[in-house]
Amino acid sequence: MLLFLARRAATFAATLLVASLVVFAVLELLPGSPAQVMLGDTATPESIAALEARLGLDQPAWSRYAHWVGGLARGHSAMSYAYDTPTFELIAERLQVSLPLALLAMVLTVVVALALGVYAASRHNHAGDLGVMALSQLGVAVPSFWLAILLILLFAVQLQWVSAGGFPGWSGDDGGGLWPGLKALLLPALSLAAVQAAILARVTRSAVLESMGEDYVRTARAKGLSRRAVLWRHVMRNAMIPVLTIMGLQFANLITGAIVVENVFVLPGIGRLVFQAINNRDLVLVRDVVMLLAAVVVFVNFIVDVLYALIDPRLRGGGV
Amino acid sequence: MSRAAPGRPKQAAPPRGGVAAVRRSRGAVTSHPSFVVGAVLVALLLLAAAVSLLWQPWPPAEIDIPNKLASPSAAHWLGTDSLGRDIASQLLVGSQNSIVVGVVAVGIGLTLGVALGCLAAARRGWVEEAVMRLSDFTFAFPALLSAIMLTAIYGPGLVTSIVAIGIFNIPVFARLTRASARSAWTRDYVLAARAAGKGAWRITTDHVLPNIANVLIVQATIQFALAILAEAALSYLGLGTQPPQPSWGRMLNEAQTMLFEAPLLAVYPGVTIALAVLGLNLMGDGLRDLLDPRLARLR
Repeated sequence: MLLFLARRAATFAATLLVASLVVFAVLELLPGSPAQVMLGDTATPESIAALEARLGLDQPAWSRYAHWVGGLARGHSAMSYAYDTPTFELIAERLQVSLPLALLAMVLTVVVALALGVYAASRHNHAGDLGVMALSQLGVAVPSFWLAILLILLFAVQLQWVSAGGFPGWSGDDGGGLWPGLKALLLPALSLAAVQAAILARVTRSAVLESMGEDYVRTARAKGLSRRAVLWRHVMRNAMIPVLTIMGLQFANLITGAIVVENVFVLPGIGRLVFQAINNRDLVLVRDVVMLLAAVVVFVNFIVDVLYALIDPRLRGGGV
Repeated sequence: MSRAAPGRPKQAAPPRGGVAAVRRSRGAVTSHPSFVVGAVLVALLLLAAAVSLLWQPWPPAEIDIPNKLASPSAAHWLGTDSLGRDIASQLLVGSQNSIVVGVVAVGIGLTLGVALGCLAAARRGWVEEAVMRLSDFTFAFPALLSAIMLTAIYGPGLVTSIVAIGIFNIPVFARLTRASARSAWTRDYVLAARAAGKGAWRITTDHVLPNIANVLIVQATIQFALAILAEAALSYLGLGTQPPQPSWGRMLNEAQTMLFEAPLLAVYPGVTIALAVLGLNLMGDGLRDLLDPRLARLR
């Protein structure tokens, strides 16, 4: 298991390194001067040269890359061009919204998907199963940002239960607090979760069905275990492998989906930050946010790999 | 999702590609309701795009302020938006946009992904390892993230978003092709071709590709749907298709500012996107069942 962990950790680190090279190459080495992009077409050569000197763009590429990655590793970040604040500070502030949003969406996804998937599998080819499958087809087809708009239309415009967007903050001092904060995140999380739950419910259903047809399930039933006990003790453990794979990929979808949904609800999260950074042509901030999001995706896949091995010891040997 | 019946004898690999297989099972096509529904929706999407190339009720970008936010009528079937533009015309012309994005983005993924996947399966060893690690790695950059990076440098636009979505499709097809091609390489007919002295390139084009075409067609349909969704999201954010070219995603963005005055404006484009995606997904699922029931297990 230790060898497995070490190998996976090495792959994780190597992937991060390549990701950082790609982000750097795309944002700083591709044709077009970053300073020119930031200042726009009307910038004078002097102002471009001044900004290049300020951002260190007059240094050779390898030294800029080493400086950036070294800074990331030590926890020192560059200054955002538009905000004149260290990018880590901006990101940390916005994560207070994005992280709870993604987690809330993931929890909703898992709860709804597992319940619907297991229910559909247990009612295989009956009305309940067909209903869940139809619902899931619909859920996959509906764009999350459209669902978000529909939810605003229903709950904010028609029923006026919640506000149409914005975030009051977690601190009680400025009108925020735990409940107002959660309330503001509920609709965004719901619109993010609906699509992912639809996909995960289908995967859960087919994984459970597949598992239920195995010999060990028949054996467990034959030795007198109840249907429920077999389902939870034997079927679910084996069905969890494909479910976990998809969940890992889904977390990446939730993170990027949040970019869109945060903009629908005007939530001050990472998605809105990177969107504003693009509009402000703040390449320093875009670079660090994109790197963070890519790192999160890679990290989640690493965790999923480790969880696999915990669930299914056969996978520890590698080669998968 | 249908599953292969347990105990069913394994069929020999179908000797020909997708179209022939569909023709063989023509009876089954009509008896597969979700495939029929999907195919009808996709046909409507294609028809809308084709018709809009020749004729539109109104020029989609024509601004007509006196007629803004008009209700549906004989003149404006679905009414007009906040600038008096005809909604139905924008939806019709927007379908061209979605189809172009889907075709090109899936085309990029198919061409490069299938080439890489075939190479990995044929060469094995370090080539395979390199291709697989490369596709693992590309997954770290979902379409939206690559689009953000590219937009930051090259500015928003249709081409940027197509390239971003296309790049994300490459590893999807590379992995699928490698997995299916590897299993094709173990078959007897490949062994026979090798015995007959065919090289890796000829075996790939003559035997492997025709036999994995079914899986690729099904995946292409599903990626097409995902490309439409991704383009809509990018256009909603203002990073995709730019005005005056109509796009479903941007229509939703514009509708959101009018949510209190004209809520229906936010309904039409969303329903259109959902129907297009639903049609492609249903068709993909149906094709998978019709072309080869075993494929349902491969996914």
